Amino acid sequence: MADLPERRACITGIGQSKVGRPSSETPIRLTMQAAREAVADAGLTMADIDGIANYPMKTTEGGGISPVGVGEAMFALGIDATWIGSSTHEGPGHMGAIFQAVMAVATGLCRHVLVFRSVAQAQARLQARGSTLLGGSRGRVEGNNAWTVPFHAISPANMWALYAQAYFDRYGASSEQLGWVAVNGRRNAALNPNAIYRNPITIDDYMASRVISSPLRLYDCDTHIDGCTALVISCADAAMDLRNQPIRIEAMGMALGGIGQGIHTGDFTALPAGRAGDMLWSRTDLKPRDVDNAQIYDGFSILTLLWLEALQLCAPGEAAAFVEGGTRIALDGELPMNTGGGQLSGGRWHGFGHTHEACVQLWGRGGARQVAGARLSAVCNGGYGYGALLLRTD
Amino acid sequence: MTAPPRKLPVLDDLSGFFWTSGADGVLRVQRCTACGHWQHPPLPSCAQCHADDLAPQPVSGRGRVKTFTINRQAWTPGMAPFTFAAIELDEQAELYLFSNVTGDPEAVRTGMAVEVTFEQQDDVWLPLFRPVEAAHG
Repeated sequence: MADLPERRACITGIGQSKVGRPSSETPIRLTMQAAREAVADAGLTMADIDGIANYPMKTTEGGGISPVGVGEAMFALGIDATWIGSSTHEGPGHMGAIFQAVMAVATGLCRHVLVFRSVAQAQARLQARGSTLLGGSRGRVEGNNAWTVPFHAISPANMWALYAQAYFDRYGASSEQLGWVAVNGRRNAALNPNAIYRNPITIDDYMASRVISSPLRLYDCDTHIDGCTALVISCADAAMDLRNQPIRIEAMGMALGGIGQGIHTGDFTALPAGRAGDMLWSRTDLKPRDVDNAQIYDGFSILTLLWLEALQLCAPGEAAAFVEGGTRIALDGELPMNTGGGQLSGGRWHGFGHTHEACVQLWGRGGARQVAGARLSAVCNGGYGYGALLLRTD
Repeated sequence: MTAPPRKLPVLDDLSGFFWTSGADGVLRVQRCTACGHWQHPPLPSCAQCHADDLAPQPVSGRGRVKTFTINRQAWTPGMAPFTFAAIELDEQAELYLFSNVTGDPEAVRTGMAVEVTFEQQDDVWLPLFRPVEAAHG
């Protein structure tokens, strides 16, 4: 499998702006902060960056979901790129830009790609309270939202609550189990200076928190922030002499399910992300048991359980028991999970926070939250388009 | 129960029939003329056999609650708790409609038998579902 394109790409630098809720900085300033940090981290200058990509394309709709375009960032940072990419929701989830950058360097289109994800959802909320809800704009709804919003289901929490209830019903899982995804995230966020929520919570706090959309509670839902995460993805040949030990991309996997079109198959207890897991493991000789830290998407806590199973880190129906009690997923457990707090407590960096945290762990920069001997990270993003990465340093 | 006005769907070529079907009190779902497969939401071709010949066909309007949630967060001012559910129609396994189950949210259960009832708002007849009385359920 040595000629897989992802084996010709590495992550060589990371950066993240200061988190805000809201931030006093404009989205482009936050983007510049993260980008400059990532490029300097790689030991490069902007003159070395010859590719740039972001996720998703800039939009002024959608309540700050993507306030900075790739062109805007390119000019602001003085990047003279020969390859420019921008991705959409319809790809490997939030990893769209990462996958594009991997392919760009693997095919020789460029050597060092700056990849970024900017969000300004907290600032947008100051303008309009409902800005991050589905169908938040005026007028009629269309597309996927047409199948849910007319029934008052204007939050994604409503849809994922259907999955949570079905999962509970089929497997006998409970809130007391699911809640550990949130408790674990908060425990780790307390050790992450750039997490948005850092006060520890207990499972009792979780059970006492208000129900948003049963069985999902407040702490099952992630939270909007302002900020930017950036990565530098370099071709392997150009990565060897840089400042950091290159983080190698062992394998990647993707899938796109019908959920974003309102099409649901099966019994609401599994995600189409299973195909991303199948693809990921088909591209490596490594096994799920080799993973020593997992950064699992947690836009809602139930997605984490479903993704653990989609990535074959847990057998179907076993993820709830796996997280229960928080021992096996703790920093010193058998599979440390969402070590920076995830999105639930770290803030909605929208998938990129998970990849950033995997790099923090693999480079041994976790400080108080460092997983001893972290060498192989599984990272996954998404709830419509699905993307997964296996990252390694050894 | 007071409910805020519903945000209505765009009626397009593919889905318009679904939203207006209730005008005569009958729920209709897209069906493949070639193989008989039912599908929802409507698609330009049959997901089963890929034929393009599809048409709205009446269904019984009866089904079961596959999974549900009781929404308690008032996303808009005055929003009361409501039940949002995936209804699996009797016509075919995994033929799901998203809708509200009317009546007491606390009474809703997975597997509960329900039947369609329509709520008109402007040019849209929203198919909602009510519990089937035990006597004929």
